[in-house]
Amino acid sequence: MGIDMSQIRTASQTQAKLNTRTAALAAAMIVAVFGAVFIYGMGFAGADVLHNAAHDARHANNFPCH
Amino acid sequence: MMFGYLRIFLTVALLAGIGAGVVNWGVHMFGTTPLILEAEVYENAGAAEEPAAAATAEAEATAHTHEAGAAEHEHEAEAWAPADGWERNLYTLGADVVTGVGFAFLLTAAIVFFGKGADWRRGLLWGLAGFACFTLAPSFGLPPELPGTEAAPLLERQLWWIGTVVATAAGLFAAARLRNVYGYAIAVVLIVAPHVIGAPHPETPGGLAPEELEHKFILVAIVTSLVFWLVLGALTGAFFKRYANEAAA
Repeated sequence: MGIDMSQIRTASQTQAKLNTRTAALAAAMIVAVFGAVFIYGMGFAGADVLHNAAHDARHANNFPCH
Repeated sequence: MMFGYLRIFLTVALLAGIGAGVVNWGVHMFGTTPLILEAEVYENAGAAEEPAAAATAEAEATAHTHEAGAAEHEHEAEAWAPADGWERNLYTLGADVVTGVGFAFLLTAAIVFFGKGADWRRGLLWGLAGFACFTLAPSFGLPPELPGTEAAPLLERQLWWIGTVVATAAGLFAAARLRNVYGYAIAVVLIVAPHVIGAPHPETPGGLAPEELEHKFILVAIVTSLVFWLVLGALTGAFFKRYANEAAA
């Protein structure tokens, strides 16, 4: 019936590692959304002014253009 | 804790993205931009003919007093654009840096999702994967285009482009993560599907620029993109190792 302290410690360490991983994944999700917004604005947004400013880069980076 | 990670990942991506964006711009200045400017000569020549033809009826009614000059003025209702020369090139620099940072965000996030950390060597592989997803796969259906090339409606092409990128990336991710027959099968299906569906093409293909120039542009754009992705991958990997490996791997 004795409780093995080392098992408790291992379990809490595993939990801590899971929390760390979840936090890293959440942060990465946010970074991915930033990336999508940047790429959309740069390569896809329809506004003429954006299109004209980014024109040569859109063609060179093979975004569908015009 | 999450904001700590966020700060680290943003740092990695900004450093790598700005660096690779500036390199990309340098390569574009020598590679693609001269070809775009050359193609615009043909494009402008072609565009000048259209309003001139449209104006013919009007011109006949009001006697032949105005020709090309008037047609050009009616064409003036266009949005602002940077002036040719250094201003235009500066905007291309800005756009290339935004592109670099945007792709660096996606790449950094992908490295975290994958969960195996990175260094500059692994970064090169990540760069190759990015090149395959964002340049190679879409180029099979929609090769890089010079201004003045006939193309299907923009929205259709954009949707196909995005679908192809997402499918290819998901396919590569499945193969690399699962590394078994299921992973490879998923990869093949996802990578091939967009090309079976087929890219939207114009009813009457062709362009204003000579075909030779068009081909040269496709080659140069793809090669410069490969350079960009290798630089971006290596930089992202190196900065990831320096700032994020211990925290996120």
